[in-house]
Amino acid sequence: MTTSTTFGALESAKSRVLPLLMTGLLGVFIIAVSGFAQMDVVHNAGHDYRHSMAFPCH
Amino acid sequence: MSVFRNAVFLAAIAGLFAGIVMTGLQSFFTVPLILQAETYEAAAPAHDHGAHDHGEGAAADHHHDEEAWAPADGAERTFYTVLANVVTGIGFGLLLVAASEIAGGIAGWRQGVVWGFAGFAVFTLAPGLGLPPELPAMPAADLFARQVWWIATVGATAAGLALIVFGRSVLLAVLGVALIVAPHAVGAPQPATHETPVPADLHQRFVVAVTVTNLLFWLVLGAAMGFVRARFSGPLGTPQNSLA
Repeated sequence: MTTSTTFGALESAKSRVLPLLMTGLLGVFIIAVSGFAQMDVVHNAGHDYRHSMAFPCH
Repeated sequence: MSVFRNAVFLAAIAGLFAGIVMTGLQSFFTVPLILQAETYEAAAPAHDHGAHDHGEGAAADHHHDEEAWAPADGAERTFYTVLANVVTGIGFGLLLVAASEIAGGIAGWRQGVVWGFAGFAVFTLAPGLGLPPELPAMPAADLFARQVWWIATVGATAAGLALIVFGRSVLLAVLGVALIVAPHAVGAPQPATHETPVPADLHQRFVVAVTVTNLLFWLVLGAAMGFVRARFSGPLGTPQNSLA
């Protein structure tokens, strides 16, 4: 009984890690585009925001 | 899949809310200072983006052409600032939900505030020590070098905090402190000269305004996430309360 419960908990912890890593990667991607991308259009659109977030911008 | 969907949902709600709050704070505290500094930009011919951002070879890449699209001042510019704030609010929300769920999940808004403080320390406080917020018309070191230092500092501070809070031994905590200190021992890339037409007191007010608005942004983001999660916790599971 105890063994199977432990196994179940481990299994569910494992199955959570991959989707959570994907969640984190999506966040990194979004921040990279909005905060770091050097395209002029993205830069100009987010100019005030980038300065206000203190991103190393230009 | 439901873990991913629920994590994104949580980040989207909290990020949307925090991004909108952030825009209100910025329009009062930081944007007026940015606009004021831009009046010095015209008076500073040395502030040619292409010249100091990159090595000579890459200078053309990031020169702000006259033709490059930019939002018109006023409502349009504010609209894009809201958009950027909401998008990044969701981006930071995704990182926060990923980190906090791996650590067991945020139990309520109060614990969310603690997570928000951690986010502030990692993304604003630590990189801001070496690279204080800049106003337009201020000199800065090579952009790529600053971005590398910024990312390395954020990563080291996050890892260091995690080791201190979740590490199970004193040794790991000491290692965590070392990781947090290391980027500042190395030092951030600095410009060749700090000469700028921007008055020092304007910059000082801007640094305070940016730091405080970012603190509020992170506290709102964390609290909103804890609050929403407490109401939709089913699919993500009961918090494991590892943040004892």
